[in-house]
Amino acid sequence: MFAWLAVSLLMARPAQAERVQEFILDNGLKVLLLEDHKSPAVTFQVWYRVGSRNEKDGKSGLAHFLEHFLFKGTPTTGPEEYSRIIAKNGGRSNAFTSNDMTVYFATMSREKISIELELEADRMVNALLGETYFEPEKKVIQEERRLRTDDNPAAALGEVVNAVAYTVHPYRRPVVGWMEDLQNLTRQDLVDFYKLYYAPNNAFIVVVGDFSTTEILPKIRAAYGKMPRGAEPPKVKVTEPEQRGERRVALKKEAELPFVTMYYHAPNQASPDSFALDLLSVVLAGGRSSRLHHELVYKKRLANGIDADYGAVSIDPTGFSVSAQLLPGKDAAELEREIDSELERVKKDLITDKELQKAKNQVEAAFVFAQDSIFGQAMKIGYYEVAGGWRQMNGYLDGIRKVTREDIRRVAKTSLDRDRRTVGVLIPTQAKPQ
Amino acid sequence: MKSFLARLIAIFVLTLWALPAQASTVPKRSVLNNGLVLLTSEQRALPMVAIELLIDAGSRHESVDRAGLANLTARLLTYGTARRNALQISETLDFIGASLASGASENVASISMTILKKDLATGLELMAEILTSSTFPPAEIDRQKQAVIAAIKAQEEDPGAVAGRAFAAALFPESPYGRPVEGTAASVKSLRAQSLKDFFSRFYRPNRSIISVVGDVSEREISQALNQALRGWSKGAAGVPPPAPATIGVPQTIRLNKELTQANIMLGHAGVPRRHPDYYAIQVMNYILGGGGFSSRAMDSIRNERGLAYSVYSYFGADQSHGSFQFVMQTKNESAGEAIGLARDEIRKLREQSVSEQELSDAKNYLTGSFPLRFDTNRRVAGFLGQVELFGLGLDFADRYSGLIGKVTREDVLRVAKQFLQPEKLITVIVGDQKKIKVQ
Repeated sequence: MFAWLAVSLLMARPAQAERVQEFILDNGLKVLLLEDHKSPAVTFQVWYRVGSRNEKDGKSGLAHFLEHFLFKGTPTTGPEEYSRIIAKNGGRSNAFTSNDMTVYFATMSREKISIELELEADRMVNALLGETYFEPEKKVIQEERRLRTDDNPAAALGEVVNAVAYTVHPYRRPVVGWMEDLQNLTRQDLVDFYKLYYAPNNAFIVVVGDFSTTEILPKIRAAYGKMPRGAEPPKVKVTEPEQRGERRVALKKEAELPFVTMYYHAPNQASPDSFALDLLSVVLAGGRSSRLHHELVYKKRLANGIDADYGAVSIDPTGFSVSAQLLPGKDAAELEREIDSELERVKKDLITDKELQKAKNQVEAAFVFAQDSIFGQAMKIGYYEVAGGWRQMNGYLDGIRKVTREDIRRVAKTSLDRDRRTVGVLIPTQAKPQ
Repeated sequence: MKSFLARLIAIFVLTLWALPAQASTVPKRSVLNNGLVLLTSEQRALPMVAIELLIDAGSRHESVDRAGLANLTARLLTYGTARRNALQISETLDFIGASLASGASENVASISMTILKKDLATGLELMAEILTSSTFPPAEIDRQKQAVIAAIKAQEEDPGAVAGRAFAAALFPESPYGRPVEGTAASVKSLRAQSLKDFFSRFYRPNRSIISVVGDVSEREISQALNQALRGWSKGAAGVPPPAPATIGVPQTIRLNKELTQANIMLGHAGVPRRHPDYYAIQVMNYILGGGGFSSRAMDSIRNERGLAYSVYSYFGADQSHGSFQFVMQTKNESAGEAIGLARDEIRKLREQSVSEQELSDAKNYLTGSFPLRFDTNRRVAGFLGQVELFGLGLDFADRYSGLIGKVTREDVLRVAKQFLQPEKLITVIVGDQKKIKVQ
């Protein structure tokens, strides 16, 4: 319930795919297990293949609202009791919704994790979605939207940039939902959505940590195996038409520093170019010695900070974005020109051998560091499984190692195309003194 | 010494039969030749090492006219040594995919590094250079001043940060603990290179520091490497710790106007230092009030029943010399008054009536049960070991923790609620669209 924002920092690098074990129950529920005994905890996650991507116009925020509403109880568990049961057993639990998925999870000790296993099975099919809790929870979600988006200038800019970058595809809608849409949602919308998308054949389980497969698998079969397979949920088949010409959007809002973001359409992890795009983001903004950071933050002193983000893992084609907050007194147009000149350089000239090696080393080190967290590993497995199957994690490092300087230049040329980008600029206004 | 980490490692050895033989150890404490306290926990599962160095060089050591000095000094550490300039430092780190970050809080300066085991020698060499030969080049000072001033401005966009700063200033007036670590734009501008050098030379000393090293390295290996790498880092004067805040702010309501959809609200007053004997009873009490996430009374009343807020929590922060109590929430401007009333009600109720047996046992079970799960990465273990040493909790702290929480009774909870929740002393900060905010 705390994190509907895309958890992009956790998904950048895949886990050790070769150690993942896959099992599929008769009702279609997939189970992905990764034993990792370095700390005494287990993270248990249920992933539903439904997110804001599956919503209709006028019903934005439905997937996320339903995520909140799954905490309101079943015939055997009272409202909010789920969280209390997990907590008093020493566990930490939460849930989040993204474009492509809705995920429920808890991290507990090996001895206690069956409690989470049972509670998730219960609410997969038995959630009451009680009318009494509908209006208060709607208000909570509206407060969440105010907190995370309306009163957060960079997030508010990101929202309008998405709404302009995509004209048809559902990625144009904010996961939390538009305020007016939230106001108009009804409890029946939630009930219908739940019936349509919450079933074992539209979900999968990821377990990572200090458990034994021979112990946990029978428990999973016992708790989930008897659930009936649901009807096949409708598929989303929307293709964003090719963009022909730059789009620009400005947001005026009380803020202190202008902010610029450039969003380029880009292929996802299914494309062989995704490895080079990953490395390109590192060459541009991975560390203080990266091109954009060194030129624009350090040498020219235009930006307070700069980022290049490739959101590789997603169901449909994704984006490559460059974002920067300006230093006080600097001109956003000048910063844009300077970013453009750096992007042109990487499209025109080959990067150096040393830059390529540096980027590869950074990716490999991050790959090792990411395995330090069982939660992070489970997130990666889940993201890949939703996007195109967890096996796409296999060969990730090999793919990275094979990238050449020519590949980087080629993907820069094809993806960093100005005619296929959206530029968003935050224009700060000041509150009137009271 | 048998600790939680020892148990953790015992489980590890029993079950990790599939991996090569592990040579794991319990966390160890030693003091290097130059007085640096070294804490280690050997974790062989991944070829990586997490290092955290805490230095008694926080902003509590700076005077008001030099506000921001500790922070700026810490920021400059990765921008020039006798052997390497700023770019060479970042090239070195980026080329091995390591992270090295430095910063300061009120209490300590810190340097944290995450690095692959194979590059450890490179990392230690760079760290040693920083500690013994940072040069504070004028052009880099100028750059970092500009960056800090930008960060101060950027914080104005974060209503929670604005409220937090106003609260600290009201609670601890005339104390470094009441001032932002970053300083003000004016104070930062006026800082001089010589002040940074003097601050560095006086406070960045091994006998004022703690280093935690967690990962794929043995205590023996790392203490030899550190003794070698840091042989040029020499002891300084120990000095006396700065005093606790001398004055505590009077109860007051501070309203700051911003064009926001929500009122960002903080209520609070002074708390207790970390070593206070009632610290654990207070933690249990606060869990029930607002520390317990979805299980707290505040969450029930303000979020679940009335839908007034998305995030609502309370917190007893505790430092070496002092502490504070904070109750934090955001609600649409129009409901600020109602939410503040409810927060005060919950505080009052806890002082008037004993909590139930169920609430007490749920709180204790969460705190003790989740405790070992909090240290699930090398980075977190390193951070934990540093805190244990900083507050003098003892290496057996993790073992004792269950007992410390376990002995708290309902009577203790009522007693500490009466004593440490002080409605008559509450300072209230409201950042939001004031024309829409109605508060009595």
